[in-house]
Amino acid sequence: MKYSGAEIIIRLLERQGITIIPGIPGGANLPLYDALYKSRKIRHILARHEQGAGFIAQGMARSSGRAAVCFATSGPGATNLITAIADAKLDSIPIIAITGQVPTACLGTDAFQEVDTYGLTLPITKHNFLVRSAKELLRVIPEAFTIAESGRPGPVVIDVPKDVQSETIEVPAWPAVGKPCPGKPLDKSILRGMASVINSAKQPLLYIGGGIVHSASRESLCVLAKKNSIPVASTLMGLGGFPPDDPLWLGMLGMHGAAGTNRLLNEADVLLAFGVRFDDRATGNIAKFCPRAKIIHIDIDDAEINKLRPSFRSANADIREALRYLVRFVHADPREQWMRRVQEMKPAVSLSKAGRSRHIHPREYITMVGMLTPADTIITTDVGQHQMWVAQYYPVRESRTFLTSGGLGTMGFGLPAAIGAGLANPGRRVVCFSGDGSLLMNIQELATLADLQSNVTVVVMNNRHLGLVRQQQELFYDRHYIASRFATNPDFCGLARKFGIRSYDLAGKKRPSAILKKALSGKGPCLINIPIDHTENVMPMVPPGAANHEMIGGNEQ
Amino acid sequence: MITKASTIIELTVRNHPGVMSHITGLFSRRGFNLEGILCAQIGGGRQSRMYLLVKRDGRIPQIIKQLQKLCDVVEIVLREDYDHTLFDRMHELVKRKS
Repeated sequence: MKYSGAEIIIRLLERQGITIIPGIPGGANLPLYDALYKSRKIRHILARHEQGAGFIAQGMARSSGRAAVCFATSGPGATNLITAIADAKLDSIPIIAITGQVPTACLGTDAFQEVDTYGLTLPITKHNFLVRSAKELLRVIPEAFTIAESGRPGPVVIDVPKDVQSETIEVPAWPAVGKPCPGKPLDKSILRGMASVINSAKQPLLYIGGGIVHSASRESLCVLAKKNSIPVASTLMGLGGFPPDDPLWLGMLGMHGAAGTNRLLNEADVLLAFGVRFDDRATGNIAKFCPRAKIIHIDIDDAEINKLRPSFRSANADIREALRYLVRFVHADPREQWMRRVQEMKPAVSLSKAGRSRHIHPREYITMVGMLTPADTIITTDVGQHQMWVAQYYPVRESRTFLTSGGLGTMGFGLPAAIGAGLANPGRRVVCFSGDGSLLMNIQELATLADLQSNVTVVVMNNRHLGLVRQQQELFYDRHYIASRFATNPDFCGLARKFGIRSYDLAGKKRPSAILKKALSGKGPCLINIPIDHTENVMPMVPPGAANHEMIGGNEQ
Repeated sequence: MITKASTIIELTVRNHPGVMSHITGLFSRRGFNLEGILCAQIGGGRQSRMYLLVKRDGRIPQIIKQLQKLCDVVEIVLREDYDHTLFDRMHELVKRKS
């Protein structure tokens, strides 16, 4: 049978099990959309901005663990996708962006809507392709899935010139579906060595990250931690990797981590760094991070091992595989003395309660939402103070239910990611915590949400400021407030209504929980505006460049 | 003058128009020094051989690990058995032509 390049792409995506593709059409990807028109298996989601489409794909990938696909046209379509791709790279999220490109003959001529997508996406992808013939697609599309989902996941860009989309070729047989490569076999002697270090440790501590979530290791991690009595501190990306109601849970470490947790890290003699990359937001000044501890590092990406901190024992491995053996090799140990010390520090683990004003502290709302929603509720956040408060106070009870832009810290992530999470998980509730600054960065996606009518609740923590910028100006720039206060603040509830979305305003409301309950139980999308005090700061805070135990506000318990 | 303070990373890569950007881009964005490159196609053009001249320092293990992650890189060998004067005599390549 003869197929066009565009038909080959669509057919191969169908064979990969893709059923939803967010995107925006344009001149250079119209053949692709024409092929999509004929597909009965793939549903297209028309976003309102390509960055929205990219983050919708991310919401699908982050909540499901499977690669998700998005489409954009050449030129501005591709450049608009850039932020979402870079974001996926830093948080190791498998998305595949298929972009239209000007015809091969026009490449390099500054043709209309031509941009060097290949060159632009080179440093922000796990791999990228500029496809030069329809035949190449038969290799490239399955390979893109293999690359995106193998080892440490990541984004892949496939740039397809318009003439390649239209080129017709004979396809004698379809290639095999692209699947993740199996990891290399484990060296058990290394794990035995690690286990003996753990067994002889006095004050071991687990430092977990996104790798626990990506490798679905939550259960085996729990077994290990309980068997050997090892307390667990998590990075932002690791939230959901350990049950928050467990006595061993220490919450988040690092810049806005719990004070007691950061202090305990200082006392650890063995640090089990599992699926982490020693990011500066987690470690603070790395030279002063866990100074007493021998580091045991396990990561799927060999380049992360010894990159920033030399390890005492290390394994380049899938954590889930490694844990299978570690759980066996590690002795049961109640560690009574260490557990007493951990519990002693635990009051300090619960974060600062001191509020600054008559307004209800944002954590109260976050806790309320936590109580009103089922455990499988998917939370997305934007970036800023609200994000850190959610990370500190929302009990993330299951893996892949907390979607946040960690590495890149992209404002505007939350709403489209929530839409994507809703698409990939029909029937589950999705709550997007946002700020007035962040939400406006992709507010146009409220239109996409109105199209879909999914159960997404947008909670706007509205302080009329870029709160985290204001906070840093207060703490580190002599209160020189510049460009952190918005001169005007739109009526978010009115905006939502005009988009066709139900909304609630908690301004001056006596019983916010009743309104929250109503908003979180109704069908379809809604937006809740919550005015909060702009002088409220996220505490504790480790000043940039300082050691974790040198945090500000760590004593106001 | 290039001396033995440098070493050579021998790369076998998939040959296509973007592969050089992938290699040099990695060096520039991660702040690795790259003192010289020699590159030519091998095996009938399906692959290329690249010789990267790099400073012999503590960053080489990290450079190698990062190179290993590039999908176009087929093989990496750290070579000590090289004639570094080749990089000093590169101008001869053009002289011989004229």
